[in-house]
Amino acid sequence: MSLNNAMLEKYRNNFLQEVAGNVEQGDWVKMCMQCGVCAGSCPLGDAWEHSPQKIFMMIRANRREQVLSSDSMWMCTSCYHCVVRCPRGLPIPHIMHGLASYAKRLGLAPKSNPTLWFAEVFWNNMLKKGRVNELKLGLSLYFKDGFASGIKQAMAHQKLGINMLKAKRMAPMDMFAGHAIKDIFGLHKMIRKAQEIEAAKLEANSK
Amino acid sequence: MAKFEYSYYPGCSSQTGASSSNLMRSVDTMCEELDLKLNPIPDWNCCSASIGYGSGNVLPRLSLSARNIALSEQHNPNQDIVATCAACWLSTRETAERLHQDENMFKDVNTALAEARLTLTNKTPIRHMAEVLIEDVGYESLARGVKKPLQGIRIAGYVGCQTNRPFGIAGESFENPLYLDKLVESLGGDSVPTYEKKVQCCGGALAFSEPEKSQAMIHGIIEAAYDNGADMIVTPCPLCQTNVEIYQDVINAKFGSKFEMPVVYYSQLISVAYGRNSKDAALDGQLIRAKKLESFAG
Repeated sequence: MSLNNAMLEKYRNNFLQEVAGNVEQGDWVKMCMQCGVCAGSCPLGDAWEHSPQKIFMMIRANRREQVLSSDSMWMCTSCYHCVVRCPRGLPIPHIMHGLASYAKRLGLAPKSNPTLWFAEVFWNNMLKKGRVNELKLGLSLYFKDGFASGIKQAMAHQKLGINMLKAKRMAPMDMFAGHAIKDIFGLHKMIRKAQEIEAAKLEANSK
Repeated sequence: MAKFEYSYYPGCSSQTGASSSNLMRSVDTMCEELDLKLNPIPDWNCCSASIGYGSGNVLPRLSLSARNIALSEQHNPNQDIVATCAACWLSTRETAERLHQDENMFKDVNTALAEARLTLTNKTPIRHMAEVLIEDVGYESLARGVKKPLQGIRIAGYVGCQTNRPFGIAGESFENPLYLDKLVESLGGDSVPTYEKKVQCCGGALAFSEPEKSQAMIHGIIEAAYDNGADMIVTPCPLCQTNVEIYQDVINAKFGSKFEMPVVYYSQLISVAYGRNSKDAALDGQLIRAKKLESFAG
């Protein structure tokens, strides 16, 4: 049984409990008093369908699929305006991040969301050598929609690239070398272990 | 011996050839002048920034920062960790606090760290360079060392998000932090306390994935600096600096504006005010030259 089905089976009609038990800082959701300060504070408030306030109410109303497939959590810029203003002190950005990554893990996140895509590219880029390779990260962005579009993007941003090179804020050699940590083996082992522990907990929770 | 010594976490974007290498260069100069010794954490890794959640989930993400703290405890014992990047500082401090609050998570992180032959005790204070300047050096002492007061330059203090929230600088407000203004005044420059976009988000990592939405916000940040008569913007955050500086051409084309607003780091202001030249202050790292500041630097 997929993890999603196992969770559905286990929690039945109690999505609030599912969130509290499986989502980063999810037990805070029940503290929301629906004042709406978070919704009014979000810099991308115009860009998303569901404000944190709405997401929290939808969780209580068991709108499981609607919440997990929403692109709203992926609009969080981690600016922390909501968290310092929330009268109940909810760690809202972390709950948003938690819902987003939980949705991704269950296979319910919106697949074409650009931030979901970028988060994955960033994570893999950073993990490869233990440090970000900005040149490769930038090029992956240009070539996101294929080769032809990538060339077009790169041409359009040619001036910016040249200026960054001149200012020594971009290094062409990073294409081949780039910054790396020494104990990359240890870092990878550590991350694998952390992933294993986390996956095992989720698996146990689904039973 | 240096006046103060710290365990330094420079972060990916501050490395040679990276997007905020000018921050690193000017921080080095500034620390020379202020007699602050920075001991880099050996073999530090990326914190995965605020976008790390998407693939990193919780435990792997926290392990990344925990590794840096553990390395610091091992190699630079009894030194506060100091970060210059907002995201580095936030991730590291957030990890330290989360692991203080959650014993199980602390245990799990140590199980993961053991794979890299490391142990975390988690007793190290995690600080931002701005805290070092304000709390350890102090405005008055900073002002005393000024050789070339930045007279007549109007500098809008753009604090941004993550240097300011959720932790911020002790004694400062989240809505209207004044420390950049005080810093500018200490250096003899003119601050712009009415700059209303000082804590506006620039989009952060979403400047890459949602460029239109972010550029609209960046437009507002620059426009407000012009409205307030600023000659340049100063910021403590590498991503704020990059986002607000490098897309001005794109924004001009889109919004019909004629922006050419320099965006510098506090460390560049201090380096120049302390008498250092443009190169030491890394002013050659600007895409939009800070000409008024260069005229002081010589």
